[in-house]
Amino acid sequence: MGNQRNQFFKVSLLVISLFALGACSSTSETEEESSPGSESGATSSNSGSASSNAGSSSGQLTQEEIRAQNALRQTVFYFDFDVAEFKPADRETLTYHARDLAANPSKRLRLEGHADERGTREYNLALGERRANGILNYFIVNGVARSQIEVVSYGEERPQQSGQGEQAYSRNRRVEVVTQ
Amino acid sequence: MKLRTFFLLSGIIFCFTLQSYAELSIQITQGIDNPIPVAVVPFTNESGGPFSQDVAQIVTNDLEQVGEFIALSRSNMLSMPSEEQEVFYRDWRLLAQDYLLIGKINQQPGSQLVQVQYEFFDINREMKLAGEVLTGSVTQLRDIGHTISNVVFEQVTGIPGAFTSQILYIVSEGAGPATTLFRLEKADYDGARPQILLESAEPIMSPSWSPNGQDVAYVSFETDLPRIYIQNIATGQRRQITNYPNINSSPVWSPDGSKLAMVLSKDGSPDIYVQDLNSNELMRVTDHPAIDTEPSWTPDGRHLVFMSDRTGQPQIYQIELGANSYNVERLTYDCFQCAKARFLPDGVNLVHVRRETRQSPTYQISILNIETLRVITLTDTALDESPSLAPNGSMIMYATKFNGRGVLDAVSIDGRVKFRLPSSQGDVREPSWSPFLN
Repeated sequence: MGNQRNQFFKVSLLVISLFALGACSSTSETEEESSPGSESGATSSNSGSASSNAGSSSGQLTQEEIRAQNALRQTVFYFDFDVAEFKPADRETLTYHARDLAANPSKRLRLEGHADERGTREYNLALGERRANGILNYFIVNGVARSQIEVVSYGEERPQQSGQGEQAYSRNRRVEVVTQ
Repeated sequence: MKLRTFFLLSGIIFCFTLQSYAELSIQITQGIDNPIPVAVVPFTNESGGPFSQDVAQIVTNDLEQVGEFIALSRSNMLSMPSEEQEVFYRDWRLLAQDYLLIGKINQQPGSQLVQVQYEFFDINREMKLAGEVLTGSVTQLRDIGHTISNVVFEQVTGIPGAFTSQILYIVSEGAGPATTLFRLEKADYDGARPQILLESAEPIMSPSWSPNGQDVAYVSFETDLPRIYIQNIATGQRRQITNYPNINSSPVWSPDGSKLAMVLSKDGSPDIYVQDLNSNELMRVTDHPAIDTEPSWTPDGRHLVFMSDRTGQPQIYQIELGANSYNVERLTYDCFQCAKARFLPDGVNLVHVRRETRQSPTYQISILNIETLRVITLTDTALDESPSLAPNGSMIMYATKFNGRGVLDAVSIDGRVKFRLPSSQGDVREPSWSPFLN
């Protein structure tokens, strides 16, 4: 029990720091950050108060459910250059997405794949689809029905951040999970 | 004689006042070492006018833009003839000119019609090479100027001019993903007279001009999914051509205009297909789990060239239509990435986008001779893509980045001449150069 709490502590710390990092480096993620409100403690920088906030405002939720909630709040997944597989660090979060979909067969998601501007446009359109398909396949392996997911690639046509350089490029190589 | 001197003097004053009109914001970024000297005398207004377009200046801009010519400054002209009797070859030889273009414009009172008479001379051989009277509406003076440029260019180089051709391209404009607007636009080859053909809040991609010059095929995300459409350029009438699952992209017309090559990923991964536009019959051309995309037709219409990353990185391949879909010939080996290829009309030289090594992340427009395997890289900017060939085969227009914005540049196929189109608002990209238009 103590061990589990400890682990929860670490995970929430990680989730919080991920959100904090996102807040520093991105301007276009603000809608996601402002919408959840303060219930999960995502706006708090103090991990202690985060866990107590979470506990008090939603008394019946188990720690696992809180972890799942936090995971579902991450809807943008970034990719390395020229790589179509999602980052190993995102596996756990994506697993929570998959479980949520499998448990709610009426839920529909759209996976939107994107690429940075290097390379030709039509190749990047295909690369964006390959990235989104990587996540689609992971979902299917984890019990999601194919009919729940729509995949679309925008290639390099809808960058999250304009400009040349790795700073912008790393924000643009992504798959966005959009609830329909 | 005295009278003629007066005429000449007044001509010189006239030309000083005209010079302030002489701008069209084309930027010649690289010219050749020994351009051909040509004098383009301001056309005389015999009746009607004044006109909003300076025909002689349009011709001057055309000729200088393609880099082969250097025009004599109007302030250095010793005379301003407007018809053959007024031409004294010695005047132009003194100024070291090889060619001379003169003309005059007549507009009947109360009429919108103008008659433009031009005459073109070889100074060294002291002979008239061409001349005619062109009639059109006063709003067509720009077209008349481009038509005269075509004649001059062909008389001197032996190659038909492409100055009356047009371009299609995509513009995106807006602050962020939520507010970006995408436009398909058409303009003269030099970027003048832009016209919006389609505007959308969703991306538009891959415009491709039909061989008869009447239609454009493109990809639009207007339904939230990439689908192929054909639109009549004059009427704006459009129809959706595809609605297959997943990617529908890269439409390219066959040389005879009866088919569209395209990319569909309905069966898993992107593969090349050909759709017959009359029967709607769909033929699968490639079948490979890797990405196959960016098809283009060989000049004879019997093969398709395409890009595939089946060996790990994009390389260029060729396949014979109707042949076994596994019978694929690889055309590029010596680059980290080679993509977006199409043959010049000779069927031997292959224009493509090249990234030499993994370490140098620059993409440039190059030409590979598939017989000698010689490669010429034409551009020296870092993010060059979407090369499109002028109808006379003399220049390639492509998209690049300048000061962080998308712009259109053009380069001659020998790499000697470059020019940049006047940039409008937003990011401009994916040029498609028209065929010869009538």
